[in-house]
Amino acid sequence: MSTSAPRSVVSELQARIARLEGRTAQQRAVLPFGVAAIDRVLPEGGLLRGALHEVAGGGNGAVDGAAAALFAAGVAARSGGKVLWCVTRMDLFAPALAQAGLAPGRVVYVECGDEKALLACFEEGLRHPGLGAVVAEVSRLSMTASRRLQLAAEASGTLGLAVRRWRRQTEAADFGMPTAATTRWRVSALPSAPLPVPGVGRPRWLLELIRSRAGERADFVVEACDDQGRLALPSNLADGQGAKDVGRRRASA
Amino acid sequence: MLGDAAPPPETPLVLVGREGRRREILAADAAAQRAGLRIGMAASKAQALVRDLVMRDAEPDADLAALDRLALWALRRYSPIVAANPPDGLVIEATGATHLHGGETAMLADMVARLKAAGLSARAAMADTWGAAHALARFAAQPTLVVPAGESAAAIMSLPIAALRLPATTVDSLRRLGLDHIGDLERTPRAPLALRFGSDIGRRLDQAMRRLSEPIDPIRPAEIAEVRRQFPEPISAAETIARYIAKLVSELCILLEARGQGARRLDLLCHRVDARMVAVRVGTALPVRDARRLTRLLTDKIETIDPGFGIELMRLAATIAEPLDAKQIISDLAAPPEADISDLIDTLSNRIGGERLYRIVPLQSDVPERSVARASPASPDAGASWSGSWPRPVRLLASPEPIETVALLPDHPPVTFVWRGMRRRVRRADGPERIFEEWWRSDAELDAVRDYFRVEDEQGERFWIYRAGDGEHGETGSQRWYLHGIFG
Repeated sequence: MSTSAPRSVVSELQARIARLEGRTAQQRAVLPFGVAAIDRVLPEGGLLRGALHEVAGGGNGAVDGAAAALFAAGVAARSGGKVLWCVTRMDLFAPALAQAGLAPGRVVYVECGDEKALLACFEEGLRHPGLGAVVAEVSRLSMTASRRLQLAAEASGTLGLAVRRWRRQTEAADFGMPTAATTRWRVSALPSAPLPVPGVGRPRWLLELIRSRAGERADFVVEACDDQGRLALPSNLADGQGAKDVGRRRASA
Repeated sequence: MLGDAAPPPETPLVLVGREGRRREILAADAAAQRAGLRIGMAASKAQALVRDLVMRDAEPDADLAALDRLALWALRRYSPIVAANPPDGLVIEATGATHLHGGETAMLADMVARLKAAGLSARAAMADTWGAAHALARFAAQPTLVVPAGESAAAIMSLPIAALRLPATTVDSLRRLGLDHIGDLERTPRAPLALRFGSDIGRRLDQAMRRLSEPIDPIRPAEIAEVRRQFPEPISAAETIARYIAKLVSELCILLEARGQGARRLDLLCHRVDARMVAVRVGTALPVRDARRLTRLLTDKIETIDPGFGIELMRLAATIAEPLDAKQIISDLAAPPEADISDLIDTLSNRIGGERLYRIVPLQSDVPERSVARASPASPDAGASWSGSWPRPVRLLASPEPIETVALLPDHPPVTFVWRGMRRRVRRADGPERIFEEWWRSDAELDAVRDYFRVEDEQGERFWIYRAGDGEHGETGSQRWYLHGIFG
């Protein structure tokens, strides 16, 4: 695109694209992370409600999906309102979700027998405007299926979170396939915050924003959800220290 | 006869009634049968044989009424198509109803167990046809039997002819001809039998073998709200069926409104032109009278309706209805009203089964796997949560997996451990969090403890591991290490 194009033409085109997408910018409700560094990178200043977002774990997390589930729980907790959580096989431990701010009274679990039923339940949940968020632990997510989910979320304004999780680590290559999700995240466990005494500090994650519609990709080192589901930047990284360390880890990953 | 009026169970009890001109025994309990009394014996002979025999008059009408009540119970509990099969049976169309009860075998076991709890001994069988199920329940079930689809005909071959729902005189005459089993009858030429005994034998045989259809006329007691619509021309297109479902639902809602009720269960029966019936059953967690919502639940299941050559009659009944009064919506200016998701819960539970949808509620227990319980999503939220500030893993393994460890001191967490073939070096650890097992549950848990540690390996992955025992005393556990959960 030529930089000499008049600004008005660009904004008019953007407005036209928004009209084609069937919604205007004002209607877009957003759930900010409350962490300026992350919200700045996302074009809407936070996670778009009424959209589908994908989260997967890195490394072994692709199989156990523990960090990804906790990340989703934190987002769901901050969404306010009831949460529908669809799984094929139940291995979540609800007290941990409660510790991430998602009170047990707010979550309805749906144990679907197979992936097909799970996607149907996921879509049904996304069509319901009364929910705060719908989380589904899904392994295969085709373009068609994700497009349906995205449209369902757009229609109702409910936040959809697909926690991608696979049976074997080799199947995680599926995460490279394109889907219609608005953002795509990868959460990997990092060594916890150092403490002056022996012990495990607040868990840390490497949070990678792999794909973001109309936005840039970015990596963050964050401290995991607190009891309100909020992420935080580690204090030593907020000063710019330790960035080198992160880079080395990524190069070896 | 119940309560104090009932004679003690060891006393022989018979029911007597008039058969033609003489009074004879129509039913005898186990004690009476042990004493040598048989059904069909004259009442006076029985009195002469057994001292302190308790004799009561048989009440066939009351028995029939009781059987109808039982059929109603089965209708509400198991399937939309249930009928009483006098004198002593129920017939239930189980197609499409079993998955809600955990499968065919589980449904029959549940049925027999519930009847037994109510003091009724019952036997149940599931087969392709009414006739086959009737025969198998009475002559083969111990106390339940499920015959795989398509194998019913073979399964009844070795059963006695009495299983075929034929008059007792016919069975006697056939036995005198040397025909004992259904298989013998099947191999005998049909024409001479029909000439001598009428068409009954052939009809019953064909019904049991699925060569002749036998529709079940489902019970619909007067207190159940039901609407129906007859079609001059059979309908079969999905859109047409959906349109008439909507019409029936709105009629039913008017009926329910007049009664001040809401539907908890709807049964839609579609009578096909080929004398078969297709049933759709949907349920709601709370009473509902919203026509749009109920229509949605029913039309969601439209793909399970096989119209065959067309549907000529549709009947919609609210088999379970509960009082539903107008409710005032409490308005609160400060907080937005709590969104109602009960319609979503109903839609999902009708699609995948109600027991697959739940909330998790806290239980008072320190043992992690016992601290959670499932509750119905419609149950009121008490607002309770788990106490304690120890971090809990987001994934809990279904059963703790043994790990191999290298530990330095009894009080310390392991230095390395091997889980699923991968060695991990522990960099940091928190613990122990000692959890005492619940001595009031079993003797084995009297002294048992678990010491939980949260450990972090070199990559930063965090795990929840425990040692069964306190590391010193043998009675506290095996001192082996297990991995129980994964932290985020």
